[in-house]
Amino acid sequence: MLARRLRDPIVRAMPLSSIDLGLGRGACVVVAMSGGVDSSVTAALLAEAGYEVVGVTLQLYAAGGPRRRPGACCAGEDIYDARRVADRLGIRHYVLDYEQRFREAVMDDFADSYLRGETPIPCVRCNERVKFRDLLDLARDLGADALATGHYARRVEGTAGPELHRALDGTRDQSYFLFATTQEQLAFLRFPLGTLPKAQVRAEAARLGLAVAEKPDSQDICFVPEGRYAGVIERLRPGAAEPGAIVDREGRVLGRHRGIIHFTVGQRRGLGIAWPEPLYVLAVDAARREVVVGPRAALLRDRVRTGPLAWIGTDAPALGEERAVTARLRSSHPGAPARVTPAADGSATVSLEEPEPATAPGQACVLYEGERLLGGGWIGGTGQSDALAAASRDTAPAAHVAAA
Amino acid sequence: MSEAGPIYLDYNATAPVKPAVVDAVAETMLLAGNPSSVHGFGRDVRRRIEDARERIAALLGCAPPELVFTAGGTEANNTALRGAGRRALIVSAIEHPAILRTAEVVADDLVVLPVDGEGVLDLGALDAALAAHGADALVSVMLANNETGVIQPVAEIAARAQAAGALVHCDAVQAPGRIPVSFAALGVDMMSIAAHKFAGPKGIGALVVRAGLDIAPLVTGGGQERGLRGGTENAAGIAGFGAAAALAADDLARAGEIAVMRDGMEARLRETEPDVVVFSAGAPRLPNTSCLTMPGVQSETQVMGLDLAGVAVSAGSACSSGKVEASHVLRALGASDAVGGCAIRVSMGWATTEDEIERFLGAWRALYAGLTNRWKAGVSAAAG
Repeated sequence: MLARRLRDPIVRAMPLSSIDLGLGRGACVVVAMSGGVDSSVTAALLAEAGYEVVGVTLQLYAAGGPRRRPGACCAGEDIYDARRVADRLGIRHYVLDYEQRFREAVMDDFADSYLRGETPIPCVRCNERVKFRDLLDLARDLGADALATGHYARRVEGTAGPELHRALDGTRDQSYFLFATTQEQLAFLRFPLGTLPKAQVRAEAARLGLAVAEKPDSQDICFVPEGRYAGVIERLRPGAAEPGAIVDREGRVLGRHRGIIHFTVGQRRGLGIAWPEPLYVLAVDAARREVVVGPRAALLRDRVRTGPLAWIGTDAPALGEERAVTARLRSSHPGAPARVTPAADGSATVSLEEPEPATAPGQACVLYEGERLLGGGWIGGTGQSDALAAASRDTAPAAHVAAA
Repeated sequence: MSEAGPIYLDYNATAPVKPAVVDAVAETMLLAGNPSSVHGFGRDVRRRIEDARERIAALLGCAPPELVFTAGGTEANNTALRGAGRRALIVSAIEHPAILRTAEVVADDLVVLPVDGEGVLDLGALDAALAAHGADALVSVMLANNETGVIQPVAEIAARAQAAGALVHCDAVQAPGRIPVSFAALGVDMMSIAAHKFAGPKGIGALVVRAGLDIAPLVTGGGQERGLRGGTENAAGIAGFGAAAALAADDLARAGEIAVMRDGMEARLRETEPDVVVFSAGAPRLPNTSCLTMPGVQSETQVMGLDLAGVAVSAGSACSSGKVEASHVLRALGASDAVGGCAIRVSMGWATTEDEIERFLGAWRALYAGLTNRWKAGVSAAAG
């Protein structure tokens, strides 16, 4: 269905003047410009559509390399690229030093989360605590009518206010990272790329003569170069990565590891243990500095416990009631049919129709109804229903796994 | 956006050049010669450079040979601090980063002197530092501060320092054209200036080095500038520098008028909002500079909001814009981050008009009213 839509020439040839933010012509829109192709095209399309665009680039962390010096301002190629795009578009552009705020609100949390044995998603924290809070406040202070970002997600006007939907290009959808957005923030936010395929975004960048048209896509986590997150954590929390044991579910020591931060639930590679069957990380026990491993069958879960659930533009089901949803347990997870049951304290239990490999604490469980994102919460732990536990008893004994 | 065109109130960052400066630069740039050449082409350019040197020396109250051209104030400061060869450096807490960052790298012993609540140097602390380091020391204190405009008692500082055997350098880049400057009267050993602060070109400045003082060059090469600054001279820039120096007297004649405009602006903002804080207002100050707060509004928000309204001002020195904290200058004056983090610098100059100040006041009030209304709406929404 989606693939057919992408091939549909009508979608591809959609004229750009169709960028309509639902604001008056000439409205002032602040665009969060990272220096990447997506936010650059966002700014360009809005400027072309006649909006008064103000570009803002946040300097979030010290760019690496020997040329970086303490006190140096405006470091980093991405900031340079954002400036040059803004110059090319002839829009106002500001670079703000958010290093300290980003470190406190995102990076420290990222490191501490790993040290607790979790696998965090700093992008959600960044949206929640930096972009959609401080930057959004700034946009309002400047008298702007909206804040636009290059996220691949759609904001749809619903009968009860704006709704958040998956991007039309499902392969690029980033709505998962936006689950913590509040209704009030969403009212002010715009995601103009949500209806465009990535290929078209690159084509637009080339058509508009933006130097970033050929720039590679950004890293999964912007402040972690080439996925080497362990090095970042060791820099933030020196000496925190202590070695420990790799154990099976019965607690038998199978090997040693260099520190729990190198492991995430579901991981198979890098265990360094020769074993007759493939071993997976089942749990990370920070208190004991243990990595618990076992066969793939032992990884299966059909219950997810979440922290407080945030709902966007819809009421939570009443206590004791449940709601049928599609649950995504990782950003790469397409979603699985599930039922969500809220608890009195705002947390919830998500029951999956079919078991899924366990997800690490620190990831998010994001709930959809079709294309629409209903809300989500942080995953506190996963478990097995009695039926699943019984079914997998032969292969997956004793779940001393669902800690956290 | 303003229909009447943008308003420039950031003269302490750089002052717009005057047309005569552009003419002098263009004329000199068209000359083919290298000033070190023996032939007529070279002599033509050499003459322009020496004419400029005399004009600048006249403005600064020094002898022409005491003037060493550099690529701006930062290079002049670096030459002074690195070239003096003193192991101890004594600087004020409110110096420009061109002094502070350099002193941190150069000094074996670094003493940072406190200032009082108005930003004036603590002379008692100076005496104590001189007693400890004396003949081993170079004292570097700015004449006028770039952020608040506060003027230091440099002649007094120099007298005390020299009595103790120390050398004295003065970063005077913010002063020419705003207050009278006399190298001889200040009695310092070295003094830095930059052309672009008084309507000259960017990228050209000078270090005045007292006759008879021997310092080491920062840039070695072909022996230009009496061996103190190697490299073919920036002849066009120097010519523009000279033209700006010749016109700086006009600015000085207008300084009283600009001070009245500045004081009126501050008074009217305090009428609008009595909680407005003006830094260094109780001390001798440059006539063109005002460092003031918009209560509760971060500096970065003000700078952007005013820019969007067509008014150019700045917060702190250009590179620290965006930090949610008071600048190092305002901290040294004892300002909390909550107050100092809400300060902007308004700096006027030769082309500033009453009408522009009116429009700045209008933009300031509109920004402040918009924000306070939004806060009130937020409070009532939260209460409801």
